[in-house]
Amino acid sequence: MNEDDADRIDRNRRHFLTVATVVTGAVGVGLASIPFLASLRPSARAQALGAPVEVSIGSLEPGEMIRVLWRGRLVFILRRTEEMLSRLPQNLGELKDPNSEVTDQQPDYSANEYRSVKPEYLIVEGSCTHLGCAPLEDFEVRPSENWTGGFYCPCHGSKFDLAGRVYKGVPAPTNLRVPPHRFVRDDLILLGQDTGAA
Amino acid sequence: MDKTKTLGGLVAFLTLFAAAEGLASGGGVVLGSADIDPGNISSLQRGARNFMNYCSGCHSARYVRFNTIGKYLELSDEQLVDNLMFNADKTFETINAAMRADDAARWYGTAPPDMSLMARVKGADHIYNFLLGFHIDPDSPTGVDNIVLPGTSMPHVLWELQGYQTAVYSEVTTTAANGAVTTSHEFQEFEQLTAGLLNNDEYDDFVRDTVNFLAYIAEPIRAERRKLGTWVIIYLLVFLIIAVMLKNQIWKDVN
Amino acid sequence: MARVEADVGKPQGKLMKWIDDRFPFTETMKYHITEYYASKNFNWLYVFGVLAFVVLVIQFVSGIFLTMNYKPAAADAFASVEYIMRDVEWGWLIRYMHSTGASFFFIVVYLHMFRAMMYGSYKKPRELIWIIGMMIFFVLMAEGFAGYLLPWGQMSYWGAQVIISLFGAIPGIGDALVEIIRGDYSISDITLNRFFALHVIVLPLALIGLVFVHIVALHEVGSSNPDGVEIKDHKGPDGIPLDGVAFHPYHTSKDLVAIIIFLILFSAVMFFAPDMGGYFLEHANFEPANLTATPEHIAPVWYFTPFYAILRAVPDKLWGFILFGSAVLLPVFLPWLDRARVRSIRYRGWIYKTALSIFAVTFIVLGWLGTQPAEEIYVLAARVFSVLYFAFFLLMPYYTTIDKTKPVPDRVVYHG
Repeated sequence: MNEDDADRIDRNRRHFLTVATVVTGAVGVGLASIPFLASLRPSARAQALGAPVEVSIGSLEPGEMIRVLWRGRLVFILRRTEEMLSRLPQNLGELKDPNSEVTDQQPDYSANEYRSVKPEYLIVEGSCTHLGCAPLEDFEVRPSENWTGGFYCPCHGSKFDLAGRVYKGVPAPTNLRVPPHRFVRDDLILLGQDTGAA
Repeated sequence: MDKTKTLGGLVAFLTLFAAAEGLASGGGVVLGSADIDPGNISSLQRGARNFMNYCSGCHSARYVRFNTIGKYLELSDEQLVDNLMFNADKTFETINAAMRADDAARWYGTAPPDMSLMARVKGADHIYNFLLGFHIDPDSPTGVDNIVLPGTSMPHVLWELQGYQTAVYSEVTTTAANGAVTTSHEFQEFEQLTAGLLNNDEYDDFVRDTVNFLAYIAEPIRAERRKLGTWVIIYLLVFLIIAVMLKNQIWKDVN
Repeated sequence: MARVEADVGKPQGKLMKWIDDRFPFTETMKYHITEYYASKNFNWLYVFGVLAFVVLVIQFVSGIFLTMNYKPAAADAFASVEYIMRDVEWGWLIRYMHSTGASFFFIVVYLHMFRAMMYGSYKKPRELIWIIGMMIFFVLMAEGFAGYLLPWGQMSYWGAQVIISLFGAIPGIGDALVEIIRGDYSISDITLNRFFALHVIVLPLALIGLVFVHIVALHEVGSSNPDGVEIKDHKGPDGIPLDGVAFHPYHTSKDLVAIIIFLILFSAVMFFAPDMGGYFLEHANFEPANLTATPEHIAPVWYFTPFYAILRAVPDKLWGFILFGSAVLLPVFLPWLDRARVRSIRYRGWIYKTALSIFAVTFIVLGWLGTQPAEEIYVLAARVFSVLYFAFFLLMPYYTTIDKTKPVPDRVVYHG
């Protein structure tokens, strides 16, 4: 073996070891970063505080709406009258997503013409799908404006009907979100747990 | 000269390290070592039961969640609710005492301390000795005193299990260098006065289980950190071998 | 210095030229890393500078993630640390990393300073590097002290109480100074909040700045070596010191080995003995601060104990403070106290070797004494060793002058 061969073997060995070192080091750095990134996830306390919330609706009158908090977010529970329910099919042509086809906005058990498990009770997050302001109640019927009742967002003028569906011609892109929920009893809702779950 | 110093430093470090791990050994009379087995899940389960039934009336463990215990002790949510959760509804809740702190402070003079970290403050041995150290004292408002913490306001909660014992002291006379003579009482041993539901060995096991549980809740992550540490060091050793080979290869041409 | 141009042929060459036209990137890389020459005969004592930097990075990263979850209010602080330990995913690891790093920082820094004392790294022309280094040490002590209050445990509170009260010993301004430090009539929530600001922003910024100038000063004169020989005195025809090897890849590859060994020791402690028998995480600190009950036995954290032992050895509050301060400050003057005409211990006489050995033992014994209760035998011993500590510095001009030194070689001694 002459000097050139020895040099070549040395250089190859050095190259191999350099690559081995860099790869091993990179793997280590990658693995070491996992704890730091994972620590950014919601902690056990956040999960505890974000646990499902029971809401009693036994004393809710027809036409009445209550506001509750779940995971720090506002949720509307509206007990719709028969009359309100009868108005739901009237403005279908003016809605962006009348058939709740955008699946992100409601669980499948609420993807129907009432957007709810029980037609009487509308359960939606009180967060405008434009930029998150809390919409106001606007249940008064005003035929001159072709307004059959629903919600109005004061921030940028978005409008939603009595099933939380968004109108055309407003900045909000999608219907109000329906949170996961189930009826534990007729007068007790568990917000945060899906219907059909344990 | 340099090599000896570096080697000496390394030896010193390793000695210090070897003497290090483990919980503190607290003060007080030594009746024996707690000798707990942190890996014994059944012992921990019994300890959890003991703590909830006998201690959590007054002592909270406010940083400990039931679902954390459930996971490590291999208990289902149902088992948690049925056996351990007396005041709590949800498994994510923390262990709170039944007695209100201000009431306790009024009745006992001082609020019973939270137990989440007690084993890290005092050490498992100290708590073990404390629970074995109650004895009759007619002058005390609770009727008992404790040789590990004389003057404690804690009653002998476990009297039904241990029974009552009296402390036997011996008089020790010491003569100081300047001729002054002092007599002091030194604890000799305990004498069983009335029997409890458990015999000595059974009570000892009971206390050991409880202390094991307290040591666990003081640092629930202990078992996992040691397991992970093994893997980390194995990885680093592999990395070390490669790095040494690279260093030697690079330094080959230095004369 | 001549402008250094990158190789413009390849695409990355074009990118490098764009950058180099606007920023001295390649130039800086060459000056400080690939064409910075340090002696080939470094031994393992020379590794502690890089290790200190590694610990600094560890503390920064772990510290940042701790501040995301820690609450700097007296009512919440202790609970927030337990929240990190139990509820935050991997919070326990981040916490232990930071507490282990704090202690390792001082182990590494003390060894780094000891190397300087063995090999005369503080002697001309490196006095300024040494002075900046001492300033880093002072800032580091303040950083450790401020950080220790944050968990708001029994030792946090009472340790701070004792040390801050020390400053009251200064005649005239003492009491006012103590009140200004505390921001309140006693250590309180207000003190905690400001110590948080010090620990997280003020002192880390100062540390970064000082470490930066420390390295700039070092690179200006070049590193020393275990023989104390100036490698720049003998350069080859290409201007490269004959006894030097480029920092990259020679010292980088060697330092990598040292860093991995260090990480093994660090991990061993962090994963298997984070408490270190109560020295790294003190037992009393797992109890929340109780303003009405002082723990039986207060001592500062282990890395302050040598100086604490000196403080306690003096039976007078003011003089104790003065001697404590002097003990910390004296090493600054080493470049001028040390009259020897050789740098490295390898060429010094038996007097200095003995003196340095006694000093090393003294420092360790004082450290141990500082952890013990203030009983008579320990105080007596602390007095003896305090005298030895001061004697090492104050008598140095004398014994380094009369010490018989050996001839220093021209070139470094390297055995391959």
